[in-house]
Amino acid sequence: MLDTLKTIETPEGIELSLSVAGPLPRILAWLIDGLARFFILYLLMFLLSTLDLFGFGLFMLAAFIAEWFYPVLFEVCMGGQTPGKKALGLRVLCDDGTPVGWSASLLRNLLRVVDFLPMLYGFGLASMVLNRDFKRLGDLAAGTLVVYSGKIRPQPRIGGHSPIPPPAPLTLEEQQAIIAFAERMPAVSEDRARELAALAGPLAPAGEEISPDHLLGIANWLLGRR
Amino acid sequence: MNQERFIQRNEPAWRRLEELLAKDGADRRAADFPRIYRRVCQHLALSRSRLYSNRLIERLNDLVLRAHQRLYGSTATRKGRVGAFFAAGFPAAVRREARLVGLAALFFYLPLLGMMGALQINPDLVYTVTDADNLSRMEAMYEPGQYRLGRERDADSDVMAFAFYIYNNTGIGFRAFASGLLLGLGTLFTLLFNGLFIGAIAGHLTRIGYGEPFWSFVSGHSALELTAIVLSGAAGFRLGLAILAPGRRTRLEALKRAGDRAIPVISGAAVMFFLAAFVEAFWSSMAFIAPEIKYAVGIVMWIAVPGYFLLLGRRDGA
Repeated sequence: MLDTLKTIETPEGIELSLSVAGPLPRILAWLIDGLARFFILYLLMFLLSTLDLFGFGLFMLAAFIAEWFYPVLFEVCMGGQTPGKKALGLRVLCDDGTPVGWSASLLRNLLRVVDFLPMLYGFGLASMVLNRDFKRLGDLAAGTLVVYSGKIRPQPRIGGHSPIPPPAPLTLEEQQAIIAFAERMPAVSEDRARELAALAGPLAPAGEEISPDHLLGIANWLLGRR
Repeated sequence: MNQERFIQRNEPAWRRLEELLAKDGADRRAADFPRIYRRVCQHLALSRSRLYSNRLIERLNDLVLRAHQRLYGSTATRKGRVGAFFAAGFPAAVRREARLVGLAALFFYLPLLGMMGALQINPDLVYTVTDADNLSRMEAMYEPGQYRLGRERDADSDVMAFAFYIYNNTGIGFRAFASGLLLGLGTLFTLLFNGLFIGAIAGHLTRIGYGEPFWSFVSGHSALELTAIVLSGAAGFRLGLAILAPGRRTRLEALKRAGDRAIPVISGAAVMFFLAAFVEAFWSSMAFIAPEIKYAVGIVMWIAVPGYFLLLGRRDGA
């Protein structure tokens, strides 16, 4: 597959695939987190300004925590997701697919200082495009990954077209392509579906054009609904 | 077996695993969790090799991934870990970096003492690291005969001072650490500059006769704060060294190991900065305590801090 998939091997000898997130969603997540921090501190400033210098002291403590520990606290306590990452469906994991702990999270977030240089995450961005897992320097040192962890799409019901046996035996790859087409069909337009179906021209019933519905029937047959 | 029957037959196992995953926490210990997990692992491998549909593989992949995280995930927040860290882990981690700590101390204390001495011969050198405005502010803070030491008259809140010291000093420590990744140069610069600056202020105030308020002010927290700066520097050098001299590992692998070694040091240093800020805000600034008492406390601290790093955590073999 040509996606940005990274495979990790579990102790059970199973390969799991993770889809690594690129710079753009991560920048957006960072912006959301930045805004969230800004608004929280802004609100605190209003509340605490009634307390005079004591309040200003508390505000400064809050600013310190927000600057250095906001991502760490969220990443460790909320399963690898700051609010920004959650909004974008991202999650921080260790290289071996396990959740991040305090050390790894602290390291990757302290090193933001260097990733941010020379300005606006210049080094971080350069590092991200130079390795295949989109890691910034903090990720490299801490051995962490930022991956997509969106809601898994539900297994689609493939339409009730009655099963049609294919006119000739199909290879496994061909079978998979037809089933994948059937699963995708609800999401594509009718024209596009017809275009895609045309690729399977040789499967058409004798003397007819191939139709998406016909392919659906074959898919149903292949899935075992006979 | 075709996909439809495969799903039908195994759906109950997947449902059960989903259920176990939906519950929080202790279900890692549920009796059938590992067994079901391994079975679903097998299902994933089967559905890949039989080229079942992508959606099915995706679903099983997600299920196995989440179960894998639950089964092998860190048990990070176990009780007593923090206590054990400060009783043994932290001093042991620092001792492991003894040579880098020495190096960082050299780059910090040499300029500090050098600047202090040089100012007694050529007072104008103080303007190489600070300007007249800043200097007169410093002088105002340590003018003899004040109620509060170490801060300007209008900023008379201990809590605010506490917060400011944490914000400022810990931030300096964190930056000194992180910028070590730049071949150690960022760390080197931070150590040299802060050494020169602190030396200049100390030398200047001593020279103009503000020595007693200044030295009695800094004596209490200096052991914690200066040592924390040196430790941040050592942790930063560890990162830089991984890039400069990775040895027989790849630079990436060396960097990961360096991170593992540096993180306990910088975490402990951060806590030392907090403690120093506390002492500085609530003890050092009390002008009504006799300087002799403060010097005595200072001496005790300067014995206690190195003693802590030399003696504790020996049993863990470090």
